[in-house]
Amino acid sequence: MLDQRAPLLAVMDLQAWYGESHILHGVTFDVHEGEVVTLLGRNGAGKTTTLKSIMGIVGHRTGSVRFEGDELIACTSNQIARAGIAFCPEERGVFSSLNVEENLLLPPVIKPGGLPLDRIFDLFPNLKERLGSSQGTKLSGGEQQMLAIGRILRTGARLLLLDEPTEGLAPVIIQQIGKTIRALKEQGFTILLVEQNFRFASTVADRYYVMEHGRIIDQFANAELDANVEKLHDYLGV
Amino acid sequence: MFEIFGIPSAALFGQLLIGLINGSFYALLSLGLAVIFGMLNIINFSHGAQYMMGAFTAYLILQYSGLGYWPALIIAPIIVGFTGIIVERVFLQRLYKLDHLYGLLLTFGLALIFEGVARNYFGSAGLPYTVPESLRGGQNLGFMFLPNYRAWVIAASLVICIGTWFVIERTRLGAYLRAATENPTLVRAFGINVPRMITLTYGFGVALAAFAGVMAAPIYNVSPQMGSELIIVVFAVVVIGGMGSILGAIVTGFGLGVIEGLTKVFFPEASNTVIFVIMAIVLLVRPAGLFGRRA
Repeated sequence: MLDQRAPLLAVMDLQAWYGESHILHGVTFDVHEGEVVTLLGRNGAGKTTTLKSIMGIVGHRTGSVRFEGDELIACTSNQIARAGIAFCPEERGVFSSLNVEENLLLPPVIKPGGLPLDRIFDLFPNLKERLGSSQGTKLSGGEQQMLAIGRILRTGARLLLLDEPTEGLAPVIIQQIGKTIRALKEQGFTILLVEQNFRFASTVADRYYVMEHGRIIDQFANAELDANVEKLHDYLGV
Repeated sequence: MFEIFGIPSAALFGQLLIGLINGSFYALLSLGLAVIFGMLNIINFSHGAQYMMGAFTAYLILQYSGLGYWPALIIAPIIVGFTGIIVERVFLQRLYKLDHLYGLLLTFGLALIFEGVARNYFGSAGLPYTVPESLRGGQNLGFMFLPNYRAWVIAASLVICIGTWFVIERTRLGAYLRAATENPTLVRAFGINVPRMITLTYGFGVALAAFAGVMAAPIYNVSPQMGSELIIVVFAVVVIGGMGSILGAIVTGFGLGVIEGLTKVFFPEASNTVIFVIMAIVLLVRPAGLFGRRA
């Protein structure tokens, strides 16, 4: 809003379909370099689909997704990843046929500038202890979430799409994830976060977009959060 | 000469050897099927025909270019593997989202076409292919005579099987393959070209079948139906080992070859059916197979 530079990610009139169902009806927003931007909204509002559409993993999409000025709407998801966007799915996507180390090292390094492993272990000390563990899916929910975030920090991607990283986790783990997101922001990562829990989001986000029925219906900065709490309760139905 | 349970040792070890030879082919072929099923979700019914194509390609290479067994062992799998890549790009890639049945029917139809074409041009009598000079003769081990070529087949099959297992279970490329088997969408979203990996995997599985075909050429007749005779047993091996299990394919391939050989010694009447009896029992007790992941 106040930022006059060209955004790192500019989404314009993004529409997406799963088979016959039309999920996104023209989503427009942008994310600037170094920002943490949160998509809020109820279940089924289209937040996850927005992330997946940016990543190119929905059935069909139209509109415009520009990243660092390059149009990505016609690209396949492996090309989008190679452009420098990394995705951490809601279901975490830890692979049961890979051990913890293989899971951590799975995403290929796409450009220089990723975090070295010891920095990732600084952020997630638990992961280091679990490296020898046989199966990725034998980890606790919190550890799986750390693994899912940790593995995309190595790749050199500068824009991280995090889909509900706090879902189903204990409060102490949620605090650790929040601390991690703030640390990543300090290190220059740009983060687009999907959250249902705006109390958590308020501890990390710079700006919010609110989604409903596949559209952005409102937006405000973190400083305006208090003034918008009433409205938010309405939007989110809490 | 000595006897074990009233069976002359030469007969016993002779059948054990035949069992190991058959097991080498079962293992190589079911390994290819397991790799293909794991990545493509396709039950590759043309695997036997592709094995046959390997043998015929070796034969044709010898006829037309004079290149013998050793070059053919490299060239034939590459050629046949390349035909597999074409099949995957033209046909199979359209079927991944459909039920297994479609892939099975398509590859079964392709097998009939490949075999029909071979029968049309070469007849069904079978063509000779001689053992390479360097592997003629054999070793007298005291208790039995071991032909060099058969020793080579067992050793080569073991090396290929263990090598493939190692690549899939212990390397980075193998981690990509295993992860893409579980969740191809996410692996692709990490920047890996999964469709190309799938195409190459099918090409590799088909090349394995062709490699087995070249190795079989000097032992069995090179004939259009050589694959369809073998493939039924190989499918039983895959079911017993567990669909898509690499280790299962290798262990049950060799194991069932040996069991089949021993059955020939102790109860010859059952030797043709023993594998299917085992398959029935395994399906009753462990429907996912001995090494299957999901019970």
